[in-house]
Amino acid sequence: MNAPAKPCLDIRNLSAVLPNGLRVLRSVSLAVEPGEVRALVGESGAGKTMIGKAVLGVLPPSVRIVEGNMLLEGEDLGRLAPKARRTLIGARTALIPQDPLTALNPSRRIGPQMTDRLVRILGWSGEKADARIRQLLDEVQIRDPERVLKCYPHELSGGMRQRVLIAAAFAAEPRLIVADEPTTALDVTVQKQILRLIAQLQREHGTAILFVTHDLGVVAKISQKVSVLYAGKVVEEADTAALFAAPQHPYTLALMAATPRYTDPFASLKPVDDKVLAGLAAEIAAADQAWRRPHG
Amino acid sequence: MLLQRFLIRLLTMAITLFGVAVVVFIVIRVAPGDPIAMMLPPGATDADIARLRALYGLDKTIVQQFFIWLSGVVRGDFGTSISLRQDVLGLVFNRLPATLELASVALVMAVAIGGTMAILGARERGTAVEAGIDIASGAALSIPDFLWGLVLILLFGVLVPVFDISGRVSPQLDLPFATQFYLFESIVRLRFDLTRDLLAHMLMPAIALALPLAAIISQLLKQSLKEVLDLDYVVLARVKGFSETQVILREALKNAALPTLTLVGVQFTFLIGGTVIVERLFSYEGLGNMAIDAVINRDLPLIQGIVLVFALLFVLINLAVDMMYALLNPRLRHG
Repeated sequence: MNAPAKPCLDIRNLSAVLPNGLRVLRSVSLAVEPGEVRALVGESGAGKTMIGKAVLGVLPPSVRIVEGNMLLEGEDLGRLAPKARRTLIGARTALIPQDPLTALNPSRRIGPQMTDRLVRILGWSGEKADARIRQLLDEVQIRDPERVLKCYPHELSGGMRQRVLIAAAFAAEPRLIVADEPTTALDVTVQKQILRLIAQLQREHGTAILFVTHDLGVVAKISQKVSVLYAGKVVEEADTAALFAAPQHPYTLALMAATPRYTDPFASLKPVDDKVLAGLAAEIAAADQAWRRPHG
Repeated sequence: MLLQRFLIRLLTMAITLFGVAVVVFIVIRVAPGDPIAMMLPPGATDADIARLRALYGLDKTIVQQFFIWLSGVVRGDFGTSISLRQDVLGLVFNRLPATLELASVALVMAVAIGGTMAILGARERGTAVEAGIDIASGAALSIPDFLWGLVLILLFGVLVPVFDISGRVSPQLDLPFATQFYLFESIVRLRFDLTRDLLAHMLMPAIALALPLAAIISQLLKQSLKEVLDLDYVVLARVKGFSETQVILREALKNAALPTLTLVGVQFTFLIGGTVIVERLFSYEGLGNMAIDAVINRDLPLIQGIVLVFALLFVLINLAVDMMYALLNPRLRHG
């Protein structure tokens, strides 16, 4: 029903403010093409998670969107009635959360937590949902689905829980998945497996992913395009390969320099240069001034 | 392992009950007031008094009396009421069902009202609806149950007389009941005319007892719900497309109910304590009402029996709460 030219997700000029008037998203624009992995990278508090939450309609109540549009496969989320928006987001998107330990309900078994969207939102039959979930559990290399489906979350390891959450996210064949630092809370050894798994499922299912991370190594491995965020503003946007070959913005360069290397972990850990930060501050101030003029 | 835990639990319960028995036994004998003096007319001779005292075993020391009484209790003999001259156990079991029915109806009402308010308040958090619920529960909580009883009597018994303000059932009705669980039996026997009459009598005392508990449930459960509603798995459920009400009922309620459950257990024992005065207020023929008569008449065996039954009730409620807690919390169940 949508022309193929339409991006899967189109964020246009999105601004959000806190009750004290501080802008946490500063006129963010980005588009995710169907089947594309777009990395959102930046330090803590840069607003990368906030963008994901805005798209999924789960911003904290204190954050208010004051400007801009979000189009999911051409449908303007801001113009839909709450119920229609909820159903659309439930049907076409999914979330791979940051912390698998807190993202599963401790008092419900894994099985119903995985099938509830398929059955209750998408209206699948119980058998169909069950078969689908088993197929996905197989794809995330869970070998004993029978046991896992009957488990409570506390009976599974963090890596297993993240596999379950990934399987659940892909189960409904969403067009867009928001992956919110999906490996940050895991052991380093498990991180790599999980990342590989997400990349593999993404390729096989052709799902677009908005991949939120602070880890440039992850960005290089998984994404085709990158948006670099600072203080809620996209400071650089590029193809991943191009970005790593020739970063344009001094902040991107500084971020790359700040990535630790295993050969010399301490010497390679450089904080972002004061000069770069001063430049960023000026850039943000100018952007805010320009924004405030028409918005009073 | 499970058996061991169960036995330990049983032992603790027995010790608790023994402690209650000791304290009550001593306190009501040390406290001023003499049951014998109340039974005899003025001008009775010292010999008469001594004879009667010996008849009820009150001439012995407190320790002797206690063990005589205790050996009876162990055999199921709680003694004879001094004022009513009947078997204590029979008297207590005759009245207990009325109190249990009243307390149960009050508990159901408290959970229904408090739970609804909590869910509504959590769903409408940060709005005028939540503020209204806070104000209402603050008012319900700051007025004790017996005062609510008086307010209700004035409102719906005197000003707009829609409910019966006295007794358990209309006296002119023919009761076909085999047990004292009138309400339960009327439903089982499909005699809904009697159910209606029983409920009409029970409604006001039950509301009086339920309101403070409903307020506590509303506040505590709402707070827990609001905390749970910020957790990751709830956010994930919203992304799945579930509405706020669905999210609260399916994801949040069970986890938020755990801390509330413990408190409701404790508060329910207070509610049962509250039946003593509230039953009196509404002339409801329950155990609490009888307890007041027993105290006024210094009816030592009856007081002891009633208190022990109340204590047993409290201990059993705590046990039930612990079991429900384990049932609701899978981590405890497997741990």
